[in-house]
Amino acid sequence: MEHYLSLFVASVFVENMALAFFLGMCTFLAVSKKVSSAFGLGIAVIVVLTITVPVNNLILTYLLGEGALTWTGIPGAANIDLTFLGYLSYIGVIAAIVQILEMFLDKYVPALYNALGVFLPLITVNCAILGATLFMSERNYNLGESVVYGLGAGVGWALAITALAGIREKLKYSDVPASLQGLGITFITVGLMSLGFMSFSGIKI
Amino acid sequence: MSAPTAKGVLTTPIFKNNPIALQILGICSALAVTSSMSVSLVMSLAVIFVTAFSNFFVSLIRHHIPSSIRIIVQMTIIASLVIVVDQILKAYAYEMSKQLSVFVGLIITNCIVMGRAEGFAMTNSPGLSFLDGVGNGIGYGFILMTVGFFRELFGSGSVFGFTVLEPVATGGWYVPNGLMLLPPSAFFIIGFIIWGLRAINPEQVEENEFEMKANTQPKEAV
Repeated sequence: MEHYLSLFVASVFVENMALAFFLGMCTFLAVSKKVSSAFGLGIAVIVVLTITVPVNNLILTYLLGEGALTWTGIPGAANIDLTFLGYLSYIGVIAAIVQILEMFLDKYVPALYNALGVFLPLITVNCAILGATLFMSERNYNLGESVVYGLGAGVGWALAITALAGIREKLKYSDVPASLQGLGITFITVGLMSLGFMSFSGIKI
Repeated sequence: MSAPTAKGVLTTPIFKNNPIALQILGICSALAVTSSMSVSLVMSLAVIFVTAFSNFFVSLIRHHIPSSIRIIVQMTIIASLVIVVDQILKAYAYEMSKQLSVFVGLIITNCIVMGRAEGFAMTNSPGLSFLDGVGNGIGYGFILMTVGFFRELFGSGSVFGFTVLEPVATGGWYVPNGLMLLPPSAFFIIGFIIWGLRAINPEQVEENEFEMKANTQPKEAV
């Protein structure tokens, strides 16, 4: 239990997807003008990450990894190593899950679907999703760990984008040099936030 | 846009319409790999290769892709190219591929590749699309190398691994700036590059959404 808790805290704060690994930057910068939309996108990312990382973990363990096909009983299956197909299958799985989630929400939870609507398709090309999956496979997490890691990575990303949106809403009122307006000052703000988040490094529970 | 010329598509993305600085594309995987120049060079080459060939192949089959599934088709082409790059790196430059870790895979979701395939290759001929891919890849690589140059020069006093500023640790005079090796410095450098580029090309400056009137009390601003 303790192990999972520390993995969770590490993935939210120490290894923050957006501020320590710069993942999901495109949407991070584009959709952080308003707190309300940033929060909506953050929730969507949490949901998608919590589902896709474990599913990709299962695919890696039972279909792609070295000797993963042994359970099928095919002779010689222990020698099959399909790891190189990883990228193709992960991105396919992510796209499919986002699509399924969209249809499911549309049918059964229309309120949430309307709130998230615009952001769901954006998530397929969000590097944070694929990045979390790749980190999961590189660090050999098991199923339980990948659920916790997916959730933690999502929460961390949502936290970062909501905080940035809050800062940018206030920043509108300040007098920024003309050529630094918009994107430039946002980059520098994110840099300062990232410095702040670095103070979490080394924290262990 | 008027009919694109070969020279135009190759050179405009480098300064005038830089994918990172102006279109805000592809920052995702760019920043974490810039702490040294050789790593950023390999990353830029990989991106140039993938952008150019994905543009080329998407453009070749653009009349046969049904528009409802075009995203999936583009994704598949891009992912296959990235697998090729990844396997080559693993076979011939294993150390480098360990350093790049997950960021080679993240070229798939690099918005530059997807954006150019969708925005340019779907409507232009294969040759031009190929050049457009090379141009955008170079534009991306240009920013990456600049950031890498400053981070490596000030962070460890070297360029491409050759010592330029002799650090104190080996008996020289230069005290390395540790901040430059940490991730946040990349944000500052890109912020400053954007500032510079926009000071040169004022038409790129974004409109201020909120103009404060003279002589008003900025109560809301507190």
